[in-house]
Amino acid sequence: MTSHQMTSAARPAPSRQAIFIGILLVLALAAPFATYPVFLMKGLCFALFAAAFNLLLGYVGLLSFGHAMFFGWSAYITAHAAKEWGLTPEIAVLLGALCAAALGAVVGWLAIRRQGIYFAMITLALAQLMYFVALQAPFTHGEDGIQGVPRGRLFGLIDLSDTLNMYYFVLGVFVLALFFLHRVINSPFGQVLKAIRDNEPRAISLGYQVERYKLIAFVISAGLAGLAGSVKSLVFQLASLADVHWHASGEVVLMTLLGGVGTIFGPTAGAYLVVTIQNFFASAGSWVTIIQGSIFVVCVLAFRAGIVGVFVPFLKKRGIDA
Amino acid sequence: MLKKALIGAAAATALMAGQAQAQFSDNKIKIGVLTDLSGTYSDLAGKGAVVAAQMAVEDFGGKVNGVPVEIVSADHQNKADIASSIARKWYDAEQVDAIAELVTTAAAVAVREVSKEKGKIDLVSGAASTPLTNDKCSPTGFHWTYDTYALANGTANAVVKNGGKTWYFLTADYAFGHNLQAQTERVVKANGGEVKGAVRHPFPNSDFSSFLLQAQSSGAQIIGLANAGADTINAIKQAKEFGITQGGQSLAGLLVFITDVHSLGLETAQGMQLTTGYYWNRDDETRAWSKRWSARMDGKMPSMVHAGTYSAVIHYLKGLAAAKTDEGVKVADQMRALPIKDASGFAVNGKIRADGRMVHDMYLAQVKKPAEAKGPWDYYNVLRTIPGDEAYQPLSESTCSLVKK
Repeated sequence: MTSHQMTSAARPAPSRQAIFIGILLVLALAAPFATYPVFLMKGLCFALFAAAFNLLLGYVGLLSFGHAMFFGWSAYITAHAAKEWGLTPEIAVLLGALCAAALGAVVGWLAIRRQGIYFAMITLALAQLMYFVALQAPFTHGEDGIQGVPRGRLFGLIDLSDTLNMYYFVLGVFVLALFFLHRVINSPFGQVLKAIRDNEPRAISLGYQVERYKLIAFVISAGLAGLAGSVKSLVFQLASLADVHWHASGEVVLMTLLGGVGTIFGPTAGAYLVVTIQNFFASAGSWVTIIQGSIFVVCVLAFRAGIVGVFVPFLKKRGIDA
Repeated sequence: MLKKALIGAAAATALMAGQAQAQFSDNKIKIGVLTDLSGTYSDLAGKGAVVAAQMAVEDFGGKVNGVPVEIVSADHQNKADIASSIARKWYDAEQVDAIAELVTTAAAVAVREVSKEKGKIDLVSGAASTPLTNDKCSPTGFHWTYDTYALANGTANAVVKNGGKTWYFLTADYAFGHNLQAQTERVVKANGGEVKGAVRHPFPNSDFSSFLLQAQSSGAQIIGLANAGADTINAIKQAKEFGITQGGQSLAGLLVFITDVHSLGLETAQGMQLTTGYYWNRDDETRAWSKRWSARMDGKMPSMVHAGTYSAVIHYLKGLAAAKTDEGVKVADQMRALPIKDASGFAVNGKIRADGRMVHDMYLAQVKKPAEAKGPWDYYNVLRTIPGDEAYQPLSESTCSLVKK
């Protein structure tokens, strides 16, 4: 868990960092003209989901195995709010994210009392509980899910049913959320989180109220996972059981580990890799999971720090924080 | 290469169809068969439906007014989200003009939403639920093969009239199961029967023991199986092991496909009554088509979903030829106007209504005793032909917004 690139406090030269971010942004802005936009949006949603998860695993050292409950439930809430209550997309998305954060506060409050495998099991158990609520609650429509969710008009002005508008909306949400995460990680609060990750008893002895820090991190992570789920329900105009299922919790772990845990862009790379595999091998049906598994095994054996993790030392030398 | 082919196709089209070719976008007709290729329903739909769609294209000559027709297929794994994203990708990025088959209500409804939004045609064959032609109806959506209303009118009617007055339901816990149960309850109650209760099982499910015990202790004469495919097969097999059928209660499979009977074997399935939209061994026409299909499917025989997919796809191609465009609404109008007749012998007295329902004759069949079967797949005695207007929900009861009242 403790690798030098995460703990390094050296500030990179802003110019090179700025160029690096700039190139990425230009690529992201131009991407929908070269690739199928819905695919890109799906990737962005999962990338945000993985980035939120990464805050817990990479910077607090907590492996949550129930993040799908935030992702899936916020999708249901946004879908319901947009379809049944006719709320505008930005309010529906915010509502979804807030509900996920509130759910995160309850789940986190229960779960952070334990560490390691026990923490993972508690989150998994609560996520399964929420899954069955989603299966039986009338407003989620069980196996059918909430379908035909209207994308609506952003701020009552911009028509999101246009794919390009929707893409830039998703991209905007993603960039803002990633920037927020970046600020959280590099703030004094983030430093305390890392201290807790590296040595919890020492953080306690220094006088930090560890549980409070963990809970706040958990709530932020849940809220951002919820934000990803909310946006996804608007992209696909659908909220379904697949997003609350534990497979989604497992997938986000896979994405984060493949991309590089504890890096800013790792989860994004991992998310796109997994989504691409799913897309590319879609005709292979249930073989997709086997292919994913094999790639995961290869990654773990070949480059443990993840795809981005491998390049981090190289980039760091050139003053770029990835 | 591609350029040459395109020029060739364009030239050929220009020769054959005059000005018409300009109306077919991207000079290609693409039909997507979206089905369950690996799961619970892969036998009754699955690869067989892809083969049926290919046969329809070949029988039509592979071209519509000189424009080549192509079939693509994908596995939706019975999940709404996968079905929806594949449909979106097909329509947006892969120039698919229509989607056919669509087993599983959740997947069909998901695709229906996307198709409606994009103005593309969907040809539902495998899914059963009535909302597809009620509140989820679409000007470019068709429900071809059967539905829960017709199933209940056939099977439940027959069972209640034979004395099965008290019912208990074993229901797959998703929209299709709920819908089938509700439709059956309607028929049971209308005939003076009584519903003692229901238990819902997860979908898909393999262990029915606790549900069957509840059904047994209800004391109902009839245990109605409001599920389908492998779920029905497992429930019937396990009911036999529990001695439920020997104990005097009977099972009513509310949706049974010929592939299910094949899996169960005549020994287990004999005597069961069922409603179907197609039986391969009904007349010379159905036999001839089914044998062609069978030759490509390792000797299996087609279910009504397979024949329905063929019939729907070939009718869609006729609609394209008549409309001289691939614009969804115009093709749908032509499809409603054209008579339905094809080589499979599927749509007897078929007609398409304003709500998208393809109304055709249904058959009440009884599974043969092992001694009666004259050969492989010779499974049904057709007891009665149910005229389409009697089998299906009357248009006056439809809640579809397209029906003028």
